[in-house]
Amino acid sequence: MSVAAQPLANDHAHEEGHHEPTFIEKYIFSTDHKMIAKQYLITGLIMGFIGISMSMLMRLQLAWPNESFWIYEVLLGRFGEDGVMDPSIYLALSTIHGTIMVFYVLTAGLSGTFSNLLIPLQIGARDMASGFLNMLSYWLFFISSVIIVSSFFVEAGPASAGWTVYPPLSALPQAIGGSGLGMTLWLVAITVFIASSLLGSLNYIVTVLNLRTEGMSMTRLPLTIWAFFVTAIIGVVSFPVLLAAGLLLLMDRSFGTSFFLSDIYIQGEVLSYQGGSPVLYEHLFWFLGHPEVYIVLLPALGITSEIIATNSRKPIFGYRAMIASILAIAFLSTVVWGHHMFVSGMNPFLGSVFTFTTLLIAIPSGVKAFNYITTLWKGNLQLNPAMLFSIGLVSTFVTGGLTGIILGDSTLDINVHDTYFVIAHFHLVMGISALYGLFAGVYHWFPKMFGRMMNKNLGYIHFWITAIGAYGIFFPMHFIGMAGLPRRYYKFTEFPYFDDLANTNILISVFAFITAAAQIFFVYNFIHSIFYGKKAEQNPWKSNTLEWTTPVKHIHGNWPGEIPKVYRWSYDYSKMNKDETEYVIPGQDFVPQNVPIQEEEEEMTE
Amino acid sequence: MEATTVAKTGTEGKSWGGGEKPLKASYGKLMMWFFISSDALTFSGFLAAYGFTRFKFINEWPIADEVFNHFPFLHGVDAPMYYVALMTFILIFSSVTMVLAVDAGHQMKKNKVITYMALTILGGIIFVGSQAWEWSNFISGEYGAVETRSGKIIQFADADGNRVALDEFATPTPGVRTKHENKNGIWFQSEGSYNPLGIEDVKKGFAANPDLRVRTMQLTDEGEKEVLNREESLLKLNTSGIGVIEGANLTKNEYGAPLFGGFFFFITGFHGFHVLSGVFILIIVFFNVLLGTYEKRGSYEMVEKVGLYWHFVDLVWVFVFTFFYLV
Repeated sequence: MSVAAQPLANDHAHEEGHHEPTFIEKYIFSTDHKMIAKQYLITGLIMGFIGISMSMLMRLQLAWPNESFWIYEVLLGRFGEDGVMDPSIYLALSTIHGTIMVFYVLTAGLSGTFSNLLIPLQIGARDMASGFLNMLSYWLFFISSVIIVSSFFVEAGPASAGWTVYPPLSALPQAIGGSGLGMTLWLVAITVFIASSLLGSLNYIVTVLNLRTEGMSMTRLPLTIWAFFVTAIIGVVSFPVLLAAGLLLLMDRSFGTSFFLSDIYIQGEVLSYQGGSPVLYEHLFWFLGHPEVYIVLLPALGITSEIIATNSRKPIFGYRAMIASILAIAFLSTVVWGHHMFVSGMNPFLGSVFTFTTLLIAIPSGVKAFNYITTLWKGNLQLNPAMLFSIGLVSTFVTGGLTGIILGDSTLDINVHDTYFVIAHFHLVMGISALYGLFAGVYHWFPKMFGRMMNKNLGYIHFWITAIGAYGIFFPMHFIGMAGLPRRYYKFTEFPYFDDLANTNILISVFAFITAAAQIFFVYNFIHSIFYGKKAEQNPWKSNTLEWTTPVKHIHGNWPGEIPKVYRWSYDYSKMNKDETEYVIPGQDFVPQNVPIQEEEEEMTE
Repeated sequence: MEATTVAKTGTEGKSWGGGEKPLKASYGKLMMWFFISSDALTFSGFLAAYGFTRFKFINEWPIADEVFNHFPFLHGVDAPMYYVALMTFILIFSSVTMVLAVDAGHQMKKNKVITYMALTILGGIIFVGSQAWEWSNFISGEYGAVETRSGKIIQFADADGNRVALDEFATPTPGVRTKHENKNGIWFQSEGSYNPLGIEDVKKGFAANPDLRVRTMQLTDEGEKEVLNREESLLKLNTSGIGVIEGANLTKNEYGAPLFGGFFFFITGFHGFHVLSGVFILIIVFFNVLLGTYEKRGSYEMVEKVGLYWHFVDLVWVFVFTFFYLV
């Protein structure tokens, strides 16, 4: 099939008798990667809205635990009767918040959007290798999103066992309401999500391998593509193991096996489950769970590399080191899962092994942070919103990463295990960082997606409130965590020991509300600019990568004529000619990848 | 612009330089390879879970030779592994015919492709059917066992250590209760399998036959199951026997640790599902070959892709076979 199809795909733009796509073909069941990217983005943003709203309800509860708010009754129905939040729904909120943010927003919304948009455009391909599978991938993601949201409407409530759904809590319907149908829906949603992610990842990988345009060697790829490529590989390697864990859990829940269950008494009754081990589930889960962190983060780091280099008007510092550190992170991510299980009863010797491998990750992460800063150093900084969010990412990546060193060390981790210190750490290092990457990507590639510019000033307001607010939320959280405040608790007023921390919780919640409110600027800016934004020029950021050589108006096949050839890497910013008298192209401080090596130019040795 | 037409990209002749397929494979074939790596990790997850659990019960895991010793038409003959060896041989042989089909496809010999694919499909169907037969034997069981208070299994043997089935020494007490069927009374409830043999019947029968011994799950240093002497046997059965188990389901089985049955059903089932999907895909491709679709397309690559999947499924079976039956 493909042997014949391949040359056809490449000449698509010249095909005669191209029929005008119908509305359904163009906007719904589209096989065009640019449209699929937009579908991913908008679905992801809607899921993000839902996920963040849930955290607002949790913050409201944590700040004023013994007061009633009508909003609970409005949004949570019988779980918020008389404005009092039901403790069980608090657990459900934290579970679904985590699930939605990790999988639906930061995996599918981030990597789905930008891999789809940028892989074909930046490597010089007409489309993804298989447009059909790409479409299927999006629609599976959509179905999965509908299932997870619909779980809020089942009688006993949605899954409430935490986003990691550890058995036995998640395996026994009689344990808590949320372990009934809600949990089954969670498992079904995640299974569909894994299928979607697999189809997407297969496409990204083979597209990068096979469809690079002439001259686009692996070492001329923009770092965004390297990040998406490696992210897809990690996904292909780790998601199937989550599938294994999920299917075994489903068997335990619905068909009476005891893979993860043993010796359980519940409601005065002995259950027949025998011989299984919940620690086994934790091993299988975290074999995905940890790489998942990098599935979330690497695309954001890739986007940041591109945006920082463009807006510093300097080549990225240490291009090859960046590639090497992406690969090193990808490899190490699969051998560190045990650091999530230091107190699970796992052999303490294994704990020290995992501590060792975990601390190794500090090396490639340090290389990346260092390279961002050295790229910025003495650059001609263009501080547009995308750049600000990228710099913000570097900041949160460093601050969040430092606490990672503490948590990665088994002896230190035991003291802060399951406290708000952990919450602060992972929200900064993967949550906020990846969201900044998402925002940076949207501000930067909005003109490519919608042909219009976003409003810069609204972007500045959005960035500064978000940046200050995010630290306002998560910086104090480190301290209440070190004071011992445990995560996943509905309220702390039962423990006089924590009374001192009540005011800090209010402070954090106020920052959270302000930060969430600031996202309205983004939503307004996003929607308004789609229709009324300033018309974009072809290359608004004066960038080198190939997507800016396509016309502003989207066409099927991306380039109206032939696909451009590539003659250089993507980071020739402010490059001088041989005598250091003038830029390579006089009067222009960037040289796009499709410009051949000039006469007066010294070629970089690769 | 003149310069652009003659300009060199600098990566000419390099297979990773872009504009080429660096791995000399089409996107479809590459996707199949990456799909296979992904699926392999799912199976690795299952087999790792199996290993983890088996290691936990390393001293009392059932002996595969005793469990899988049936052969069609040879009732009562101890034929350890014969049938599964035959199944495995058939599946591996279907891989050989698959290779021949792919090779015939390279040579564009339609009729040979048809023959070899038909043989492959046949092999796949025989394998799935055999697995169903294995399952049915596993589910119905042979000797039966008694469940103890702590959830372990005890089996029965004569003084020489030969296995004795429950119905050889115990007879059900008649008239205690009958099997509930959905035609009597509550129509939506039916009893799957009602075993008329009760634990008291077993205890009575055991006491009446001085020749009988209890065989525990414990493995001895020789790798055999421990057989208790008569006094210990009586004590064991009478103090801790709480129920009769015949055959196997997802919760319990007469062979030993409950998880032995759970993993057997789940992993061989998941693999069988892969084989079955493989057979369906093969049939679809087979009809396309018959219709001449690939002849017209000028390439039998689709046969090659489904072949990759088929070899993968066979390879997985080799691992499942190793871990369940051999080790």
